[in-house]
Amino acid sequence: MSSHRPRPRIATAHAVAALVLVLAGWLTIAGTAAAQTAEVIHWWTSKGESAAVNELAAAYRKAGGTWVDTAIAGGDNARNLALTRMAGGKPPTVTQFNASLQFHEIIEEGLLNTIDAVAVPQGWDRLLPEPLRNFVKVGGHYWAVPVNIHNTNWFWYSKAVLAKAGVTAEPANMDEFFVALDKVKASGAIALSLGGQGWQELMLFNAVLHAAGGQDLYRRFYTSADGAVALTPEFKKVLADFKRLKNYVDRGSPNRDWNVASALIIADKAGFQVMGDFVKAEFEAARKVAGRDYGCFAGFGPKAPFVIDGDVFVFPKSPDPQVVRAQQLFAKVIMSKEAQVAFNRKKGSVPVRADVDMGEVDLCTALGLAGLRDPSRHVPSVEQMVAPEKNAAIGDAITEFWNTRQTVDRAARALAASLRM
Amino acid sequence: MPNAQPLPVAVRPAAPRARPPRRVNVWLHVALLPLALTALLAYLASTVWTVALSFTGSRMFPSSRFVGLAQYERLFASERWSIAIDNLLFFAVFSILLCTLVGFLLAVFIDQKIRAESLFRSIFLYPFALSMVVTGLVWQWVLNPEMGLQAAVRDWGWQSFTLDWIVSEDKVMYCVVLAGVWNGSGFMMALLLAGLRGVDEEVWKAARLDGIPVWRTYFSIVLPMLSGTVATALTLQLIGSIKVYDVVVAMTRGGPGLASEVPARFIMENIGSRSNLGQAAAASTVLLVTAVALLVPYHYLRKHQAAKSGHGA
Repeated sequence: MSSHRPRPRIATAHAVAALVLVLAGWLTIAGTAAAQTAEVIHWWTSKGESAAVNELAAAYRKAGGTWVDTAIAGGDNARNLALTRMAGGKPPTVTQFNASLQFHEIIEEGLLNTIDAVAVPQGWDRLLPEPLRNFVKVGGHYWAVPVNIHNTNWFWYSKAVLAKAGVTAEPANMDEFFVALDKVKASGAIALSLGGQGWQELMLFNAVLHAAGGQDLYRRFYTSADGAVALTPEFKKVLADFKRLKNYVDRGSPNRDWNVASALIIADKAGFQVMGDFVKAEFEAARKVAGRDYGCFAGFGPKAPFVIDGDVFVFPKSPDPQVVRAQQLFAKVIMSKEAQVAFNRKKGSVPVRADVDMGEVDLCTALGLAGLRDPSRHVPSVEQMVAPEKNAAIGDAITEFWNTRQTVDRAARALAASLRM
Repeated sequence: MPNAQPLPVAVRPAAPRARPPRRVNVWLHVALLPLALTALLAYLASTVWTVALSFTGSRMFPSSRFVGLAQYERLFASERWSIAIDNLLFFAVFSILLCTLVGFLLAVFIDQKIRAESLFRSIFLYPFALSMVVTGLVWQWVLNPEMGLQAAVRDWGWQSFTLDWIVSEDKVMYCVVLAGVWNGSGFMMALLLAGLRGVDEEVWKAARLDGIPVWRTYFSIVLPMLSGTVATALTLQLIGSIKVYDVVVAMTRGGPGLASEVPARFIMENIGSRSNLGQAAAASTVLLVTAVALLVPYHYLRKHQAAKSGHGA
């Protein structure tokens, strides 16, 4: 028995030592909080994305702050962590969020600080494009700082595959798109590279809704409360066009990640991909040049609807003036012209303010900037118009329609039911 | 509580003789206190809370807005949930049957006093040492038509070979079952082998004397003697099936479409990206009730058996 005795003591000593170390570490962090420390939760973890977020961190440090990085892979995971910590009383200083109605819910719950102290003197009313401003400004107050503008409605294509298939011009409407797809399919390549996951199928559907149905139908569909719009012939035509695209997708599509689908374009194995502008970071990482190796267009024709979606950062509520100062410094840095240019160049997205000079940009970024400058093209993203659960129900109906032999009429009825939720 | 009594008896011989047994009991209870508190607070309390939440209109955050049975009505009207329940039933029935069958056959095989028994035992048990996530990922790669087995066989020259179950909505659940059986049957083998080893040699001698064929001895004599082990094995698998989640996430993420959705994934999605806590709580409650309904008969069976064997001794 006696030979066993010393062991627990050693273990205890170790445990105490570990505890002391942990406490010491915690005190150190708490101590440096005086120097405007911002713990930032975000979900930019891919190669191109983390290069972009490093630009933000560098700008924040240059402005005299300390950036503590909490990067979580996956938007859902990161948001869940931030929400759990906010609900549990240990919020991060700043956390990334999506421009979605979830955001309105956390405002209602009183979990956020406003950022009016920065927004009003800087004149965000002037600086931000209208759809984005309507989103971050709720009840007369600014609750978030937008960092970039995304458009999820981009068509990407491999120049080599299209040239080989004999497609010489970018399709300007849905019919021309089908003709181009037919040619690519006949040439032996995958015509449409799609990742068969619910959100990507929904993104493709939305692109068809913009392209074939137009801005007006898109807005009417997502703001409909009675679902009647889903049963109209023009909407059913959109559904039929969407389902027709299935003929051009390969068998390996189900559960494919979006960047794997992009890799097929990069490797010149597939013709088209419909996906957000974050695909561009993949092309850049593969050292492909816009206009030479790959092409892009944001919807059909120069007046195509341009979705204003974006990443924002929100400021969890804190009474601590140090934290508030760190949050305000963060907002100032993010909105600065230098940080906007540095970040968005790496990210492949577009700055939130129209008055910055991006310098020399490639073809696709130039198209994005042109879209941003034309308010008549702007449409809000789906997340800004419908609550998460309604959006999820619509997504369920779309993925069911895409993957089964469901008829257009049944899918239309299912969507109408989702809209009535 | 017949289970509570043997505990002090088992502890007493290990404790130093100088100490009176009563003090040991006190410390035993003190030592168990954290566990008891954890069980009470973490499990029971959160179960009660979850059930309570299922009657509220909670969205992203818990709220106390009472909505009656609305969450349940929506749950049972949901196409996604009914697919998930169907898939759960399919997975439970087939994976339990196949796991038990394969596990039993492997156990019988090893029970033949073969050479290098421990080697085979390790090989058969090895898949169980892998997590379901790894299992799911490996099978996803093997079954993926573009880079897995189908692509390999086609590269070898058999151009018309097709194995695309994982991407076809009506066969994808077979793939999930396959991965589950591959992972679980080794464990079933270990459990049943332990049972087989507990069968008295005399039974075998008697059967041999009477000229009963070996297979008949297994099915008519040995298997009934193992009923307790088999019941335990079935219960363990049942619990495992109800909470099946990781293998589906790793293999298919519920796709193609909704074809391999399972209740646990439905719940996690509603808590997370769908920010619909009330719906998730309702679904969890339905699962809990199902599990209890399945386990209660088993509990009574065990009690019944315990009472019977108590009489015998």
